[in-house]
Amino acid sequence: MMDFFLASWESLPPNVQYLTTVMFKIVIVTIGVILTVAFSTYFERKVIGGMQSRVGPNRVGPLGLGQPFADVIKLLIKEIVVPSASNRFLFIIAPILTLVPALAAWAVIPLNDSFVIADINAGLLYVLALTSVGVYGVILAGWATNSKYAFLGAMRSAAQIVAYEIAMGFALVGVLMASGSLNIGEIVRAQEGGVANWFIVWLFPLFLVYWISGVAETNRAPFDVAEGESEIVAGFHVEYSGVAFALFFLAEYANMVLISALTAIFFLGGWASPFEGWTFLAGTPLEFLMAGSFFWLAAKICLFMYTFFWMRATFPRYRYDQIMRLGWKVFIPVTIVWIAVEAVFAWLKIGPWSGLGG
Amino acid sequence: MIFQSVLFYLFSGVLLLAALGVVFFRNPVHSIMCLVLAFFQSAMLWMLIEAEFLAIVLVLVYVGAVMVLFLFVVMMLDVNLEIARRGLVRYAPLAAIIAVLMAAQLVQVIWLKGQESGLDGAFTPYPEGYNNTEALGAVLYTEYVYAFEIAAVVLLLAIVAAISLTMRKRPGLKVQNIAKQVAVRAKDRVRIVKMDAEKRS
Repeated sequence: MMDFFLASWESLPPNVQYLTTVMFKIVIVTIGVILTVAFSTYFERKVIGGMQSRVGPNRVGPLGLGQPFADVIKLLIKEIVVPSASNRFLFIIAPILTLVPALAAWAVIPLNDSFVIADINAGLLYVLALTSVGVYGVILAGWATNSKYAFLGAMRSAAQIVAYEIAMGFALVGVLMASGSLNIGEIVRAQEGGVANWFIVWLFPLFLVYWISGVAETNRAPFDVAEGESEIVAGFHVEYSGVAFALFFLAEYANMVLISALTAIFFLGGWASPFEGWTFLAGTPLEFLMAGSFFWLAAKICLFMYTFFWMRATFPRYRYDQIMRLGWKVFIPVTIVWIAVEAVFAWLKIGPWSGLGG
Repeated sequence: MIFQSVLFYLFSGVLLLAALGVVFFRNPVHSIMCLVLAFFQSAMLWMLIEAEFLAIVLVLVYVGAVMVLFLFVVMMLDVNLEIARRGLVRYAPLAAIIAVLMAAQLVQVIWLKGQESGLDGAFTPYPEGYNNTEALGAVLYTEYVYAFEIAAVVLLLAIVAAISLTMRKRPGLKVQNIAKQVAVRAKDRVRIVKMDAEKRS
């Protein structure tokens, strides 16, 4: 039976084989991301519940683990209300425009040493380009709804995302200077050799800038002025219901997982193990801890997702002018200074990027 | 190769349709979305000739930043289309002349020059391991470094000019000093007084 499948697989032309493998990988990653999103909503409610001395969801299934599916079913069977004065086409297409870049960016994210859908040269640029495209959905949703609250939300979100993208891009300039490559797999490989080589050590200010800008980019608390429940009801998605709202929700969480994964890859060594180079572990039952694997990346993603929720439970919402000040007047100077420091380090041949000067 | 050709004609066709849409849509927001689509298609065309840096930067800069600001402005403006369309007939001949001129120049550059220097339409793929970003950087920071830096200075000048044009100091305007607000600590604002409970007299 197995031989038959292998033989028929071999008989396919190489193009078809390639296409099938890629499709298969895409399906795996997409389902993985969607399941992660589903369970991170549960995780979020449990974490915030714990921080506020509540129980959190505990009714559906054991430990409330069925809650995400109950939510999905509820949203699926709800009616989609399209406001009569809205721009119908853009209103429907906006949630899709938000979700697609959030999922498409996963094409270049390596999950371990060998698994990546598209191993391209300019992976870092691709990620930057796609995260910057995601803002269209929010702006169009706000405009197409034809409501003052939604429009205000869209305006806020557009200004905020454009502002923080610059700081984010600059922080990544530091990363690519240190790794000497735009390929994300190469960036992870440049951090091999234990925790001391992770970029978080050498690029700590850039790590902070990237992570906080990432939180701002995903419109999460404390930067959630685009939604701002207490001020503009729900911002850009105030008129969305049912599946259309679910798509926005999915996109927001998919973006969070993406930002967590990117931060882990750029600054925490991606799939690399924190115990790498602990040679005294060799030969003991704990030897498996030293090898880099997907589980380390997953653990790092979970850590950052937890930080997202932790921040949401801890900080009050930023005031709008303070957000702008933080983005333009604090983060951009910090990144520029640190890139200059990095250049000096490279010139003096100190640190992991000593080979950069050429 | 056939696959590439099919993709080329697909992207070019959508590009032309989107460009027509920019001109002919009545709603300016629709026009802008068509322009975004046109940028995406030209990025794809660049991708087909393995110029991935240019393609991604086109998306990153134009789609991700410039068009967002365009959209931002157009959504705020209440564009009166009747007034905008009034001059259509009057300006049409002028527009036609400019269009013909530009088309003639394009033919001159692409077709005639191409025949002179023996260029044909075929694209030969680069050898494996070719990195467009690296190749571009290698000439940009060595051979063309002065042109590159002059361009940077010109852009900086434009930023300074734009900011100085929009900055105005109004007398009597009250602004908040955010740095001072952020630096506030609880002990500057609240004084906690400890005192023993007093007996009711």
